Amino acid sequence: MPLLEIKGLTQRFGGLQAVSHFHVSIEEGSLIGLIGPNGAGKTTIFNLTSGFYKPTEGEIRFNGVDTRGLKPHQITAMGMARTFQNIRLWPDMSVLDNIRVAQHYRLGYSIWDCLLETKRFWRREKKIDQLAHDLLEAMGLKDHALECPKNLPYGLQRRVEIARAMSIQPKLLLLDEPAAGLNSSEVDGLIKLVKWLREEFKITIWMIEHQMKVVMSLCSSMKVIDFGRTIAEGTPEEIQSNPKVIKAYLGDENI
Amino acid sequence: MQKHSFKLLLILFSIGLVAAAHFQSIDQYVITVIMLMGINIILSSSLNVVNGYMGEFSCGHAGFMCVGAYVSSVLSVVLFTRDRVFGAPLLSADYSIFLFPAVIIIGGLVAALAGLLVALPSFKTRGDYLAIITLAANYIIISGIENLDVIGGPRGFQGMKRVINSMEDILEIPWMLIWVILGTIFSVWVIRRFVSSTYGKGVIAIAQDEVAAEIMSVNTNKMKMAAFMLSSGLAGVAGGLFAHVYGYVNPQSFNILKSTECLVMVYLGGMGSLSGSVLSAVLFTLLIEALRFVIPELNALAHHLRLIPESYEIGQVWKWVIIPLILILTMQFRSEGLMGQKELSDFFPFLKRFYRSRPTE
Repeated sequence: MPLLEIKGLTQRFGGLQAVSHFHVSIEEGSLIGLIGPNGAGKTTIFNLTSGFYKPTEGEIRFNGVDTRGLKPHQITAMGMARTFQNIRLWPDMSVLDNIRVAQHYRLGYSIWDCLLETKRFWRREKKIDQLAHDLLEAMGLKDHALECPKNLPYGLQRRVEIARAMSIQPKLLLLDEPAAGLNSSEVDGLIKLVKWLREEFKITIWMIEHQMKVVMSLCSSMKVIDFGRTIAEGTPEEIQSNPKVIKAYLGDENI
Repeated sequence: MQKHSFKLLLILFSIGLVAAAHFQSIDQYVITVIMLMGINIILSSSLNVVNGYMGEFSCGHAGFMCVGAYVSSVLSVVLFTRDRVFGAPLLSADYSIFLFPAVIIIGGLVAALAGLLVALPSFKTRGDYLAIITLAANYIIISGIENLDVIGGPRGFQGMKRVINSMEDILEIPWMLIWVILGTIFSVWVIRRFVSSTYGKGVIAIAQDEVAAEIMSVNTNKMKMAAFMLSSGLAGVAGGLFAHVYGYVNPQSFNILKSTECLVMVYLGGMGSLSGSVLSAVLFTLLIEALRFVIPELNALAHHLRLIPESYEIGQVWKWVIIPLILILTMQFRSEGLMGQKELSDFFPFLKRFYRSRPTE
């Protein structure tokens, strides 16, 4: 059974068909890419998968469960984490708190435990604190734990966002253009990080990415969409030489 | 030991205050101002949960105060005193000492339920639209009570003084001062525990990026409900205390003007700063009381200097010019408020030695 299976996914916004009949099947442990020109509907597909929009038609199954009708926080709790194209950390909260708040799905105590400060509250808070510190240590962010993301350089913010997504202990990680806005040495760092995450945590990754360097060195296979339609799929080498893809990105050579 | 020094100091201070009031070392007026200060602390810190920490704009806080005030007033009158409308008391007045906190808390719980009036719409709307809904909630509550003739309608409701008097018959100590001190400490303590836990920080995450909060597994609807209900519930506690301090309530004392007072205190203190809210409530109460003396003096001075015509008097209504003016001036010159988002301990780190910190600090 694939970890994520999407069949016939269609999304209309009024008269605009943002995604049409998209299907994908992601096996556990794989790293799949999703590319396409601006406005092709890539982020819409991610928003549908993470439960942010309700699909007009089609079926999304995560870990065998139909996720239509579930709220995003419920889908996340099932083990699907994501990052955003434009970083969406909580800018005025320390990096440590950014990680802590992401543990909401497994807080393990209620508001009454919090107000009465029961034993369970202290035990869980300590546990969460430990988890957050361990993760920051592993991700090389220990020195920035008490800084606010808004004061960190862009590349580090990306890293913090990936760390926050990883703190969910996801089975599937959706990365929405993780290399956007990074310089070339930061891109190398990102590639290394993603490889390390796969080895260390055995997670499945689905990423939207444009930079060929990233895609070529990470993805085993990829899908190309344009105007909501799938126009090609295959290994990065096959995609690179596919005339349809070149046409979608660069336009028709006959013009 | 040192970790508890703040707690000890607070207890000693409270006991000192009660003793001073009991032995009449401070006069009744000062005691009333101190009680008002406590109530204002509850109001500003509870409104801060929504307006500061959660980043929504609630401008109907007095409405929830009104619910708490009426529910606890009616309850204490029905339970402990003979009333023209409700007849003989249900319980002996002797129980009032023990049951009074329960009465206040029930008022708070009903006010928390009234908070659903804005919590539920907040799932779908936010920002300006939600602000209008809070305003509407304020008016719904006031108009509802004005049309309930059994509890006095627009004439107001009284009889709470008799409850307090019967407490004093049992034991002659300044009961209301004690209840207000306890209520204030309880409220600030509850809010501090809430906003400093990982649970409560979900609310701050909603303020900073709601989409990210929902995606990162925060149940935003549940958090909004918790924040609104906590905020309005504590406003209800403040209302109950307020009603029993004055012994009389009237729907119009909880109108938009009262809500504005709460807003001024929150924005003066700084959004998302608990110590800021407490500090600004104290300053604000002192300022308003000072105006009582300053305005007549100003009037006399203006007449003396012939700045205003003989026939015009500068009256106490000018208070309502000055309070909103404070809000405008705060926004203009120090829009983050006195403390910004910081706590007192961020400015003076040595203070951290004197209390037990939370696991998330």
